[in-house]
Amino acid sequence: METLTQLLSILLATIRDVLPIIAIVFGFQLLVIRRPIPHLKRVLFGFIYVIVGLALFLLGLDKALFPIGELMAQQLTDPAFIRGTVATTGEALHWSDYYWVYIFAFAIGASTTIAEPSLIAVAIKANEVSGGAIGVWGLRLAVALGVAIGISLGTWRIVTGYPIHWFIISGYIVVVIQTFFAPKLIVPLAYDSGGVTTSTVTVPLVAALGLGLASTVPGRSALIDGFGLIAFASLFPMITVMGYAQITEMVARRDRCRRERAKMVKQE
Amino acid sequence: MSNVFIALGRSMAGSLRDLLPIVLVIAFFQLVVLQQPVPDLVGLLTGLLCVVAGLTFFIYGLEMGLFPIGQVLANAFARKGSLFWLLLFSFSLGFGTTVAEPALIAVAAEAASVAAEGGMIESTDSARSGYASGLRYTVAFSVGLAIVVGVIRILKGWPIHYMIAIGYVLVVIMTGFAPREIIGIAYDSGGVTTSTITVPLVTALGVGLASAIEGRNPMIDGFGLIAFASLTPMIFVMAYGMVV
Repeated sequence: METLTQLLSILLATIRDVLPIIAIVFGFQLLVIRRPIPHLKRVLFGFIYVIVGLALFLLGLDKALFPIGELMAQQLTDPAFIRGTVATTGEALHWSDYYWVYIFAFAIGASTTIAEPSLIAVAIKANEVSGGAIGVWGLRLAVALGVAIGISLGTWRIVTGYPIHWFIISGYIVVVIQTFFAPKLIVPLAYDSGGVTTSTVTVPLVAALGLGLASTVPGRSALIDGFGLIAFASLFPMITVMGYAQITEMVARRDRCRRERAKMVKQE
Repeated sequence: MSNVFIALGRSMAGSLRDLLPIVLVIAFFQLVVLQQPVPDLVGLLTGLLCVVAGLTFFIYGLEMGLFPIGQVLANAFARKGSLFWLLLFSFSLGFGTTVAEPALIAVAAEAASVAAEGGMIESTDSARSGYASGLRYTVAFSVGLAIVVGVIRILKGWPIHYMIAIGYVLVVIMTGFAPREIIGIAYDSGGVTTSTITVPLVTALGVGLASAIEGRNPMIDGFGLIAFASLTPMIFVMAYGMVV
């Protein structure tokens, strides 16, 4: 019963979030374009599926994943747990004593990105537009790897306390350099994948990890250092997606060279 | 009818596979690293069931509703040829979907308490809520502007990397001048603005426009709208922190 009322309130909240989008889309359709929408019934059913699906998804996250994820973020960043893994107590903690935090950050970043609905949407579209050249799973795994690296680096930054803009600016420099060498077709998609990685699933879990860490590490302020993980999570996918395209291109080129050389040998 | 069920069943299996990594990660850390029992196992399982069903419905509805409508709108605007209405639509899509975004509301409230603590504004409720809503409208405006600029880029066929590089330079310069407290929030605000429903719609719009206009490649010109929408909020939030 409690679940049902919760579902209802989440459903209402989702409808409230979607309402402006529906108003804008259908308003323009009716007032400016003034053309009937093809397969109107199908489209409306699609919208209903999207709203119901999103509400169920959020309810499930609220009930199952967020409580346990946030609890684990707290427990892993708890000084008592971190001291427990170090043999010598009483000494100041070294950044390397937080290794379970980095591993957790890596694993949770990768796994939540795989389940991120908006990334699935972009991957489907990219696969369709590229005529299958960009694999849905290739893109999703590349992005997941980027988020994982980004978040574990971000937690390391919170522990060590280095200023965030050093990391972000050097990340930008890498992105700009890579842009010149990456295949042209992948560049806009790679830029986009930075923004889509962080939405419904990743943000709450990652925010909990950052705030938990910043409030337990001595000398960090939760308000100043707790932020910034999302920025790491949206920067590194650009690098890994372009890297993925560069590697696949390199492999394809090497195969072609080898085949041509084999042909030449045969002709001789 | 049975076709629908087969399709639903197939995407259900896909959703299960998508969620498996999270379940494995949580189980491993809970049982092996933290060595604690899983609290409320029944709640956890029903919750996971909801997530699987929700993801299935979402993906299913995506291809039925969100993608086609984005495509239809893009085609209609391209055929109508009215720049004004297309840009107005782009702006309202960006602004309207961002201003009510729950993640943004949360971040704006956090930013207001940071500002109050840092002494930039008075530590009263009215000052804080004024700061938070000002920030929200600033971000929403910047996303609207980003979509407009992105759409103009698609129409003109400008290369994206120069524009993004200019944006980065702006971010770097602003970082030097913005108050230290706001920087982390500003960097984060780029990531939180694009919601689960906006992303498919905006992507379909961009790809649809690029396919409808002659001489544009949907791969090169169609993507990139989201990139603009996650870049401009950083610049505008830092500017907001400097002005207020």
